Amino acid sequence: MNAQNLASGSAYFIAKETELPITTVLSVLVDNEPGVLARVIGLFSGRGYNIESLTVSETEHEQHLSRITIVTRGTPHVLDQIRHQLERIVPVHRVVDLSVRADELGNEKPIQRELALVKVAGLGENRNEALRLADAFHAKVADATTEHFIFEITGKGSKIDQFIAIMKPLGLVEICRTGVAAMNRGPLGM
Amino acid sequence: MTADKQDSDNHTSQRREMTGAEMVIQALIDQGVTDIFGYPGGAVLPIYDELHQQDKINHVLVRHEQGAGHAAEGYARSTGKVGVMLVTSGPGATNAVTPLQDALMDSIPLVCISGQVPTTLIGSDAFQECDTIGITRPCTKHNWLVKDVNDLARVLHEAFHVARTGRPGPVLVDVPKDVQFATGFYTPPETAPRTSYRPKVEGDIEAIKQAVALMATAKRPVIYSGGGVINSGPQASHLLRELVELTNFPITSTLMGLGAYPASGKNWLGMLGMHGTYEANMTMHDCDVMVCIGARFDDRITGRLNGFSPNSKKIHIDIDPSSINKAVRVDVPVIGDVARVLEDMVRLWRASSEKPEKKAMGEWWAQIDKWRSRKSLSYTRNKDVIMPQYALERLYELTKDRDTFITTEVGQHQMWAAQFYGFEKPNRWMTSGGLGTMGYGLPAALGVQIAHPNSLVIDIAGDASVQMTMQEMSAAVQYEAPIKIFILNNQYMGMVRQWQQLLHGNRLSHSYTEALPDFVKLAEAYGGHGIRCEKPDQLDDAIQEMIDVKKPVLFDCRVANLANCFPMIPSGKAHNEMLLPDEATDEAVANAIDAKGRQLV
Repeated sequence: MNAQNLASGSAYFIAKETELPITTVLSVLVDNEPGVLARVIGLFSGRGYNIESLTVSETEHEQHLSRITIVTRGTPHVLDQIRHQLERIVPVHRVVDLSVRADELGNEKPIQRELALVKVAGLGENRNEALRLADAFHAKVADATTEHFIFEITGKGSKIDQFIAIMKPLGLVEICRTGVAAMNRGPLGM
Repeated sequence: MTADKQDSDNHTSQRREMTGAEMVIQALIDQGVTDIFGYPGGAVLPIYDELHQQDKINHVLVRHEQGAGHAAEGYARSTGKVGVMLVTSGPGATNAVTPLQDALMDSIPLVCISGQVPTTLIGSDAFQECDTIGITRPCTKHNWLVKDVNDLARVLHEAFHVARTGRPGPVLVDVPKDVQFATGFYTPPETAPRTSYRPKVEGDIEAIKQAVALMATAKRPVIYSGGGVINSGPQASHLLRELVELTNFPITSTLMGLGAYPASGKNWLGMLGMHGTYEANMTMHDCDVMVCIGARFDDRITGRLNGFSPNSKKIHIDIDPSSINKAVRVDVPVIGDVARVLEDMVRLWRASSEKPEKKAMGEWWAQIDKWRSRKSLSYTRNKDVIMPQYALERLYELTKDRDTFITTEVGQHQMWAAQFYGFEKPNRWMTSGGLGTMGYGLPAALGVQIAHPNSLVIDIAGDASVQMTMQEMSAAVQYEAPIKIFILNNQYMGMVRQWQQLLHGNRLSHSYTEALPDFVKLAEAYGGHGIRCEKPDQLDDAIQEMIDVKKPVLFDCRVANLANCFPMIPSGKAHNEMLLPDEATDEAVANAIDAKGRQLV
């Protein structure tokens, strides 16, 4: 018998992943019923998938439909599995990989937007600088006193990352981000 | 008889007012349920009160909720119907988790109705409260908490629909006690299910054509079938047999698929996988076209993935799109119900003039015969000690001509049962495949016996597994279910020990049971019948006694303590790197192949 030579005592065969992971955006149309979000995120944690961003809200009130937008990362094979596993959930109507769909439509990427509230406190030159930069980023002032601003900024995730990085030395206090909302260009629905 | 009277007599009727507890019973009747398995408790007392006042539903009282679940699984697997279990809140529901996950992994249709604390107390850490929906969410196909009595009937009907259609599975309906007491309107089974749940059953005809064309080019084909064939119904097994007959392809099966093709069939290779036969695994490894029908490339089947059947084109028929390309990338996926797809496949094969090359098929069968001649299941008989393989061979010989159902626990005895008991029909073999639940077989046998009161139902058990749900002997005695528990007793957790011997330097950490009960006295204590057999020459008489006794039997079959289960694909190895029993050495093979055999080689 040759089994003694085995390096591992595992009862399982673990194959090395050779594909490289990519990031994608999934749109999931679900019945808006109690527990549906728990089913979706439970699937991700239970099967070891990643969630980089998650946005959810009711989109069609009469039909009780909600749209969940998930930014996830994995190899193409894993992303395919995620899509199929999501489709098995009973209240899930449709799952569309927006990045793949964009590709089919001849677009580079789906449109992705995020909203952030950024609170900055400070006096003097820092305060002026923060306001000037906010203007350059087309951020709106949602609230202000003589000691602080709350900026409301919308855009791609990378734009918001950049804005936050710039605000850091100018008295950044707190950040709240909504996560990504996404859809594809052109006249067609998901 | 007036129309009204008729309506109230057959209990299917238009919207009627009743309590939630009455609705539960009415929904079960309308779904064609005749037997359920359960255990009462505070949060389901209104339903039990209704059960007491009717005679259409037979309730089987188990001794532990896990037993109810496995009994319902055995019932479902042996009848093709949905199994039903009824449990109370809190511990009742948590005890149901193991059978729910078991049914999920083996795709068994199961409806679990659980009681819950009143809606006003949910979230207050009330007595016997637990988050049943949260706990069972990952171990059910779907689950529901019913907060309004007017939703209850619809949800129950939907639960049955989801459990039985598509890829079957377990579902749970959590019913708070106040909803059971409340009065509302009952709705009969709906015809239009919810729009988000529409399993695809019809296979894409273009994909099926592609599959048939690929099969016709095969020089070294194999059919690898699984539990999906059984789940699809008797017609699927019938069509599978027809396809094998038409194509003359060799066929192997997973643990869950045994019986779909008869073990006596001439194209049968035996089970494949970790403890599959040499011929089945070598055929899988060397084939050029693989037709996977209702199986899912489980890790116990494939061995090392990058060494799995490296030179074949693969066709995969499965009802669940997530099974396609999950573990193994396939060339021709066909999504649909096995019976529907096989129907098209058989029709197209008949109509097509393209057939595999005769000469190549002849050579392939010659090669397979050579592998068969290795006799990978051989073992050395012993005059003084019962070999476990021998015990199963005798059990098979003495029960094969009867109307027999077999269940098992999990471990060495399970693999030996799969190797040595020949199954001729589907739905005759109940075992825990995916989850590997020790303690499955005894309650499953109870469930099978309730469904088939006049059949011979045998649980092939191990001494360790059987103690996990031994208490259901008491239920078997109560319901006069004459199940036969055939324990291959080697005083070890044999499969654990086998792995420790192979992979952990023979350090037998906690795999020996130092104190076993006297199974004969135990049987008698329960009011059953006990038999002990220690010698091979007494075995036949003892088995006959077991068959003849009209009572639940614990059969303590003392077998060789240190026998191990071969063949075996060890961890990290491929199909062509099996460990074979000492009896199947090259020398034995050389002797086994006679002159005729040598010509074939």
